[in-house]
Amino acid sequence: MKRIFIATALAAALVLGLAAQSPANPRLRIATTTSTEQSGLLAAILPAFEKATGYRTEVVAVGTGASLKIGEKGDCDVVIVHARALEDAFMAAGFGADRRDLMYNDFIVLGPAADPAGVAKTKSALEAFSAIAKAQAGFVSRGDNSGTHTKEKDIWKAVVIAPAGVWYKEAGQGMSQVILMAEQMGAYTLADRGTWLAMKDKSSLKILSQGDKLYFNPYGVITVNPAKWPQANYAGAKALMEWLTGPTGRALIEGYKIGGEQCFYLY
Amino acid sequence: MREAFGLLLSGDRETWHIVWLSVRFSLFSTLFSAAPGIALGAALASRPFRGRRFLAAALNALTALPTVVVGLFAYSLVTRSGPLGFTGFLFAPGGVILGQSLLALPVVAALTYTGLARLDPRFRETLVTLGAGRGRRFLATLREARPVLIAAIVAAFGRVTGEVGVSMMLGGNIRWSTRTMTTAIALDAAKGDFERALSLGLVLLVLALGVNVALHAIAPDER
Repeated sequence: MKRIFIATALAAALVLGLAAQSPANPRLRIATTTSTEQSGLLAAILPAFEKATGYRTEVVAVGTGASLKIGEKGDCDVVIVHARALEDAFMAAGFGADRRDLMYNDFIVLGPAADPAGVAKTKSALEAFSAIAKAQAGFVSRGDNSGTHTKEKDIWKAVVIAPAGVWYKEAGQGMSQVILMAEQMGAYTLADRGTWLAMKDKSSLKILSQGDKLYFNPYGVITVNPAKWPQANYAGAKALMEWLTGPTGRALIEGYKIGGEQCFYLY
Repeated sequence: MREAFGLLLSGDRETWHIVWLSVRFSLFSTLFSAAPGIALGAALASRPFRGRRFLAAALNALTALPTVVVGLFAYSLVTRSGPLGFTGFLFAPGGVILGQSLLALPVVAALTYTGLARLDPRFRETLVTLGAGRGRRFLATLREARPVLIAAIVAAFGRVTGEVGVSMMLGGNIRWSTRTMTTAIALDAAKGDFERALSLGLVLLVLALGVNVALHAIAPDER
């Protein structure tokens, strides 16, 4: 079966004149935070990678914590995530082979235009979060160990508040679901800018706090360690990493815009 | 609502691909669960033995097991570090079909068992007096119980087409590979694309109706 498949793939590659570039194992599995998928970035740039290299990408979008777990178990070949501390732990434990900074953008606090907690008047992330907690205004948390959830917990820790009570709702859902939920509940939430740009036409929420250093949101790409998981498609993972951080990938990431606004920035 | 219909009628390639994948996964898993399920149910119904009622009750309980629990179990089988990790089924069609087969198996078995247990006991006695051997008796019983078996298989098909837990967990909702109607609906609703979600929901509805109408055509209720 596999041999037939390879033969067909080779034949197809010959026909297309791509024989030199056709990879032995074309299937490349990417586990990623929901924001790279829900912002539309991956769907926009991956076809170019597939065309240039012959790899066939499969994207599982589940959140940073879950993506790293999937990588840990060898169930994907490469992860694209955004929680530096978790990424470093992943590398230190030997689950990843290589890690590179990919891109960055920032987090923002979204809320209803009426702004019952007065977040728009605050000058920093810490002030914004304490205002929400003080007013006990509704706040929807991702609650799923995603990169955004990790950031949110870090900020609560920094303001020395352990959020609890009826006003604090842990959704356990992806970013765009949580934005929809926050709107329906008239609540606040922390969101990544990429997903927000993809959602803002469908939402009446407003950006009420942004620009603080604490809101920095860096993304990293990590190849799954082939020493730990020999079945992992390391060649493909490496090819994707090189492509994403190479001139073509960089140009496409930088050029990716939603409604004229740039989603992700390069170092 | 009009947009939902429009999307279907305009023949949006991805929408129809999703429909096709759903139908294909459901057909395969129904097929794979039918034979062992019927065999299990028939074996259970063939003669009384100690613990039979407990087994039947257990089977019935399994039919109501949440799909995410079955998904979790199947996940632990096919993850790279699991016993079936070598298959590479996780986040691939194979995983969805495996999980859905596990989901459908108890449905087929339980319904086969109840159906066969309800057959007139004289039917078996007649076969015995006619001198039919074991194999012949088995086949004749299955033929007699055909409507029951078809109903069991259709119920299994219904269970797997409508489920989202297994498809999401084992398939990973991968575009062009494991994105089925139910996982696509979940994703579209999550993104706020309600028209697309609704159009897929309509297809699911039509599919369920079609299968049941077809069932009544080939196996009319005889009572």
